[in-house]
Amino acid sequence: MGTDTDRYTGEYAVEVAGLTVDLERGAVNVVSDISFALAPGEILGLIGESGSGKTTVGSALLGHARAGTAITGGKIVVDGVDLLSLNRKELRRYRGRVISYVPQDPRASLNPAMRLGAQLQEALTVHGVASRQQRLARIRQVLDEVKLPSDDRFLRRYPHELSGGQQQRVVLALSFLCRPKVVVLDEPTTGLDVTTQAHVLRTVRELCRSHRTAAVYVSHDLAVVADLADRIAVMYSGRLVEVGAAEEVALRAAHPYSRALLDVVPDPHRRREIRTIRGRVAALHERPDGCVFADRCDFVEPECRRQPIGVVRIGDGHTALCRRTEALPVRAGQEEESTRVGGTPDDAVRTPGEVYLAVRDLRASYGGKEVLHGIDLTVPRGVVTALVGESGSGKTTLARCLGGLHDEATGEVSVDGRRLAFGAHERSAADRREVQYIFQNASEALNPRKTVGRSIEQPLRVLGGADGPLSQRVASLLADVALGSDAADKYPSQLSGGERQRVTIARALATAPTILICDEITSALDVSVQSAILLLLKRLCADSGLTMFFVTHNLAVVRAIADRVVVLNEGRIVEQGPVDHVLDRPQDPYTRQLLGDTPSLLHA
Amino acid sequence: MVKMILWRSVYAVASLFVVSVIVFAATQALPGDAAVAKLGKNATPAALESFRQLYHLNDPLPTQYVNWLGNILQGRLGVSFATGFPVGSLIGDQVANSLVLIAATVVIAVPLAVVLGILTAIRRDRATDHISSVLMLVISALPEFVLGVALVLLFATNVSQVLPAVSPVDPSRSIFQQLDLIVLPTLTLVLLVLPYVVRTVRACMIEALESEYVTMARLKGMSERRVVLRHALPNMAGPTFQVVAQSLAYLAGGVVVVESVFQFPGIGQAFVSSVLSRDLPVIQAVAMLLAVFYVLVNLLADIGTVAMTPTMRGGTR
Repeated sequence: MGTDTDRYTGEYAVEVAGLTVDLERGAVNVVSDISFALAPGEILGLIGESGSGKTTVGSALLGHARAGTAITGGKIVVDGVDLLSLNRKELRRYRGRVISYVPQDPRASLNPAMRLGAQLQEALTVHGVASRQQRLARIRQVLDEVKLPSDDRFLRRYPHELSGGQQQRVVLALSFLCRPKVVVLDEPTTGLDVTTQAHVLRTVRELCRSHRTAAVYVSHDLAVVADLADRIAVMYSGRLVEVGAAEEVALRAAHPYSRALLDVVPDPHRRREIRTIRGRVAALHERPDGCVFADRCDFVEPECRRQPIGVVRIGDGHTALCRRTEALPVRAGQEEESTRVGGTPDDAVRTPGEVYLAVRDLRASYGGKEVLHGIDLTVPRGVVTALVGESGSGKTTLARCLGGLHDEATGEVSVDGRRLAFGAHERSAADRREVQYIFQNASEALNPRKTVGRSIEQPLRVLGGADGPLSQRVASLLADVALGSDAADKYPSQLSGGERQRVTIARALATAPTILICDEITSALDVSVQSAILLLLKRLCADSGLTMFFVTHNLAVVRAIADRVVVLNEGRIVEQGPVDHVLDRPQDPYTRQLLGDTPSLLHA
Repeated sequence: MVKMILWRSVYAVASLFVVSVIVFAATQALPGDAAVAKLGKNATPAALESFRQLYHLNDPLPTQYVNWLGNILQGRLGVSFATGFPVGSLIGDQVANSLVLIAATVVIAVPLAVVLGILTAIRRDRATDHISSVLMLVISALPEFVLGVALVLLFATNVSQVLPAVSPVDPSRSIFQQLDLIVLPTLTLVLLVLPYVVRTVRACMIEALESEYVTMARLKGMSERRVVLRHALPNMAGPTFQVVAQSLAYLAGGVVVVESVFQFPGIGQAFVSSVLSRDLPVIQAVAMLLAVFYVLVNLLADIGTVAMTPTMRGGTR
């Protein structure tokens, strides 16, 4: 694109031009024509769904191509040197020192067999800091900056002895250790809860500001990035479809895809209509010749499909890959929409029916350590009740107690007046049919060696309750979760993350339950996929009068789907009530803090 | 860690106790009568009776067991029925011979397998890897006596005659003065365990090389050498210990067959001849020795694995 250069006159921290990555075999393109430039200290948010190529771009910035792919063109100029012109040995001198990388999963990225001190020291040793004293001084300084302990005791620890948030800070410290010009962060907060995420984002911002480090922050979530980034680049099907100042893109997105992405982000401060992006990202070898977004675009013309779309200049440093930008309707301003607290009429909170599930004085422990301290809770029939809290608050334990998956507990759980045993194996088949559980990680919750159809049949075979042939029931369940009946013969590995989660929902629905317990079932998904799942759950609830207990750490999701909310902190309920009531006027300081930490486009 | 070692040791002792019961019961169940085997079919009933008296063969079995166990715990392995010599001095040389054989095998096979495993992992799907895996597959498909005979054909008879075909170790000299005799048996045992260890090491190494922390190390600017040696290698130490321990235990059994191919006077030979002569004290001693070896090797491997795996330390078992 090369249109950024009019923005800034000094020397860029990083300049990327025409970056292209292809598959090694078959001449299939993965990403192409990626161009942008960042001034020192500037943060670029690189946004896209799974399969958009954002992670490919992220690692390609360090001259790294994943197995089976190759960087086939372009320039990456950092510190006056084109990284792609270097040989392997020269490139190694730049990696980690001039441009560094923060991976998605800190637990997997820290070497489990090396002490933290050794890993931190090594990063300096390989880049020529020979004196141990100098290394330790720098390590302690950077650990202080990321707000971790820096004493010897901490340095002697192993990665598995830290919490997820601490691990992510160690990885941050590693990436800032050599005072690089550029840091690439690949969804570094995806596995973290909102509070930890907010802390990590704050730290990234401080580090970039104080050391004038440019950053590329890769994420699928516009709300996370809008607040952090100076500029936003939106990726789709391997292209940058829009680049501009963060505020420009958030308020005046020019590309239909950017607009769609903005529309699917839930917000903790207002109830928005849940919208989805129709269709799905095309596979690599099925990408269209013309506009890459044409198949999912509401404004598409035949002309759009004829040839690749050129860059259109929208404003100062704001470009889009769309020939229809002028035809798009003027976007309703965020401010205007924000006044519609309470949402559209059809989204209005339903009046809860009588109590369906009741919990009295529930105490649960792990190995003798109590994690739930006397929970009293009622879940009304036919509505969505959300349970919110950070990791470690006990919310999953509570859900597991209800689902019959945790039996180190005392107290009383009853459904429709009938008392439930804590262990599922002690519950009657009828009880097990009524109470169904959906897990967070759909790929782990599905047996990889069973077809989707077999998985969905399983509860019917074990618990009974099917009238008519199983295959018919499976087909109708698949239809309920908006999957085609051909999915029945597929294996989980042949499905996308969102489709897998739909299958687990279909499996939970197989026995026609009256209450669904959903444990963080959208937190591993892209926002666009999340909104589709939320819409599905909402429809199921409305259509069949299902009662839902929805566990999440994300208040924005709560606002989008729930009628009632229960806030859990350190094993105790601190606040509960109707969603709009609690989130508009939170009473407990903990709820207020959670709300403040939840990313929102309103703050941008 | 200390707690874990203690627990494991308790388990080890407990399993040896169970083994001792089984060994004792099994030797009692052997067909034939030790007294008849020793004194011959024509021995007088009085002679047979006095033999049984001498060795307490008429005592109730539990009493015999307790006495036997007590003696073993005090290091007294008993007296051979067949020769009248103490078992310890009788099989001492043979045990030492076998230990030398196993030690030589381990010293050669383990480093070789680790290096081969790492090399084939690094050069995965290239010529080195393919050639190595075909070779390993062929070797592991051959039974140990076929391997032994093949080596004899290659090095001791038709093709070349650089090494002795059989290994009749001279008991009057130290085995270390007759090392040429253990070359072929050792080689056979090395080939026996190599494929298994190589394949495990290769698989662990590939897993480590595909991990995110290795990618991360590369993105931090580490050289490939450093990535392999400092980042991947320590993470495959645990599984490697386990597979080496299993091969060692396998060796203790494989050694019996290989010794008979080469007529090597080791523990296997002692075992076979003692069974043939119903020499109960020798059978029991050899069986217990093999069990102790097996349990000890596994115990050490478990401790080694835990010591090399930070995430496993601190647990109790």
